[in-house]
Amino acid sequence: MNIDAGHGPTTGTTSTVEATIIRRRSEGGGALIGYLPVGFPTLSESIDAAVALAHNGVDIIELGLPYTDPVMDGPVIQAATQQALANGFRLRHGIEAVAAITAQVNVPVLVMTYWNPILQYGVDRFADDLLAAGGAGLITPDLIPDDAAAWVGASTRTGLDRVFLAAPSSSDDRLRQAVDASRGFVYAVSTMGITGARGDVDSAARVLVDRLRAVGSTSACVGLGISTPEQVREILAYADGAIVGSALVKALSDGGVPALAALTRDLAAGARDLRPAN
Amino acid sequence: MSTSLRTETGPYFGDFGGRFVPESLVAALDELTNEYALARQDPAFAAELMQLHHSYTGRPSIITEVPRFAAHAGGARIILKREDLNHTGSHKINNVLGQALLTKRIGKSRVIAETGAGQHGVAAATAAALFGLDCVVYMGEVDTERQALNVARMRLLGAEVVPVKTGSRTLKDAINEAMRDWVTNVETTNYIFGTVAGPHPFPAMVRDFQKIIGVEARQQVLDLTGRLPDAVTACVGGGSNAMGIFHAFLDDPEVALVGYEAGGDGAETLRHAATITKGRPGILHGARSFLLQDEDGQTVESHSISAGLDYPGVGPEHAWLASIGRATYLPVTDDEAMSALRLLSRTEGIIPAIESAHALAGTLDLGKQLGPDATILVNLSGRGDKDMETAGRYFDLLDKGAEQV
Repeated sequence: MNIDAGHGPTTGTTSTVEATIIRRRSEGGGALIGYLPVGFPTLSESIDAAVALAHNGVDIIELGLPYTDPVMDGPVIQAATQQALANGFRLRHGIEAVAAITAQVNVPVLVMTYWNPILQYGVDRFADDLLAAGGAGLITPDLIPDDAAAWVGASTRTGLDRVFLAAPSSSDDRLRQAVDASRGFVYAVSTMGITGARGDVDSAARVLVDRLRAVGSTSACVGLGISTPEQVREILAYADGAIVGSALVKALSDGGVPALAALTRDLAAGARDLRPAN
Repeated sequence: MSTSLRTETGPYFGDFGGRFVPESLVAALDELTNEYALARQDPAFAAELMQLHHSYTGRPSIITEVPRFAAHAGGARIILKREDLNHTGSHKINNVLGQALLTKRIGKSRVIAETGAGQHGVAAATAAALFGLDCVVYMGEVDTERQALNVARMRLLGAEVVPVKTGSRTLKDAINEAMRDWVTNVETTNYIFGTVAGPHPFPAMVRDFQKIIGVEARQQVLDLTGRLPDAVTACVGGGSNAMGIFHAFLDDPEVALVGYEAGGDGAETLRHAATITKGRPGILHGARSFLLQDEDGQTVESHSISAGLDYPGVGPEHAWLASIGRATYLPVTDDEAMSALRLLSRTEGIIPAIESAHALAGTLDLGKQLGPDATILVNLSGRGDKDMETAGRYFDLLDKGAEQV
C-alpha cells in the first residue's frame, strides 16, 4: 500500500471532515458541503467542476459514483449519472477522480455511493484504494448500520469516515445508532423524500437536528432540497453543515463550470458570518 | 427430517436477503414487519383473508391433469395448478389481498405498486377498488407498450398508471420509482410489493401470502394420485409464484423443485433474464441475492419476451434454495416458451401466460428425463389473455390473411 500521510486520515486521528466542520462552526458559520457526480458531463470536466467547488467556497466535497439504480436520487441527479454511465463510467474512474481532486485542493473529499458497486469492487480493496487516492470516506445512502459490518470494519482499519443517514422517521434508538456508527458527520435527511431542489426545506430538519443533538451528535449536516444561500443560512442557524446537490448539478449542466462557480460563491456566502445576520 | 426449511422468516435466508435501503424507509419497513407479525397471530385477519380467497378470488384453484400435453413430455403425468383461473387472471391477487388488508389494518389510505407484465398492477388496482384505496402503479414505459391491455384494465379500475422513462424502462426501473414515491409519501402510503424480492419483510411476507398455492396443490395431488409428485415446477422472475408452490414441498426431499428462468435469446447470449443461472450475488432493490450485473456492480438490463420475467434480480429465498441445492434453476428461451404456449393451447384448450409457458417448456424436457412413471406438478401462474398481442405477432396471427401456424 502506498499511503501518503499528507492525504487521508489514518487510524486514531481526528476526521479531517469533522475537523473542518468544527472549524467552520467556531468561526460562527457552518460547513458547506457540495455534491457532484463523477463523470458528468465527462470525467475530466467533473474533476474540474469539483476543484471549482473547492476554489469557490465549498468546505467538503461529496463526490457521487454513478449507479444504475439510484433510489434516493431525483430527476436532476438521475439524468446526470445516467449520462455518466452512458459515457462509460467505471468505478476506477471514481478513485482516479478523487486522486486528481485531492492533488489540486486541500478540501476533504467524501465519496457518495450506493452499496452494490463497493461490494463488487471488494469493501477492503475499495477502502484501501480510496485511502491511497486521498479520499476521506464514504456516504452510503442505501447501507444502514444494521447491515454494515464489513464497512465498519474496513473504515475502522483505514481510518476512513463513514457517514450514515438519519431521517425524520427514524426512531430515537436508530438516531443514536446512526450517530454512534458515523464518523465525520451524520447526514440528516431534511425531509421525507429524494434529492432535488425544494422551495422550502421542511421544518422537520430542525426537529431532526435537535433529536440528533439529544442523542449526542456534534456534527449533524442537513441535506435534500437545499438550493439557495437563504436556505443554507437558515439551516446553519441550527445545523453544523448544509449539503447542496441537485442545484449544483443543474448549474453545471446549464452553464458549465462558470455557472457552477457562481452558484457556489453565493451558497458559500450563506454559510459564513451567520452572526451579523442575526 | 430434523430441521425444517419451511420456517425461515427473514431478514436473511442463509447469506441472502437483508435490508439495503435508505434510512427513510426503515421506519415503514419496521412498521410493516411489526403489523404483519401481529396480523399473522390474529385469527380475524386470517379469516377475513380466507373469506376473500373463497368469495372473491375463487379459491381453492383447481388442478387439471393434461394428458394430451403430457404425451409430448415423455408420457409423464402432468398436473397443472390453475392459478390462471383466479380473479384478475394470475396468482398475484393472493398476495395483493393480504397486503391490502394489512394496509387497512395499518390505517393508510394510499397504495403504490410496481408492475412488469401488469398482472400485479391489475391485482393491486383491483384490491384498491375493492377497499376504496387510492392506487398508483409504476410501470416501465417499454412494458406499458407491450402490455397495453393491462394498462387499460388498471385505469378502468381507477388506478393511476405512471409510465417510468428512466433506465431500461422496465420492471427494475418501475421498482426504483415506486421506492422513490414511498420514501416521499411513506406517512400516507403503503407499498404493495409484487414479488418475493425487495427488503425485509417483503420476501417472507409475500411468500406467506402465496404459499396457499402449494398448500392446496400438495393435498390436491395427494387426493388425485395417492402420492406426492416427483417434481414441482414453476417459472421464476422475481419468484413469487414459484415460492408459493415450492414452499409446501420444501420438507419433502423426495420432491424435486425446479424453477425455470427466462433464457431470452439463450442464456449463452447477452439477452436473457436467467439470474440464478448466469448472475452472481449482489444487492438490488434492498436485498442481497443473485443479480445480473457487470464487473462494477452496475445492474445489467435483462431481456425476455415475457414482461413478467424480465427482471435482473430474484428473491433471496430462491438464491438460498439454489445455494443449498434444495431447488434447481434452469433457463428456457423465448422460443421454447412460445412453442409450449402454443402446444398447451392446441392440446388442452388452455392458453397460458407467456411467463407460465416457461414452466411448461421446462416441464416438457423434465418429463422426458423422468420418464412415464413420473408425476410433475406445474404452477400455471397466469392466463394468456394479456399476451395475445405478443403471441399474435410472434405467430403471425393478427394480419389480415395470416395463415394458421
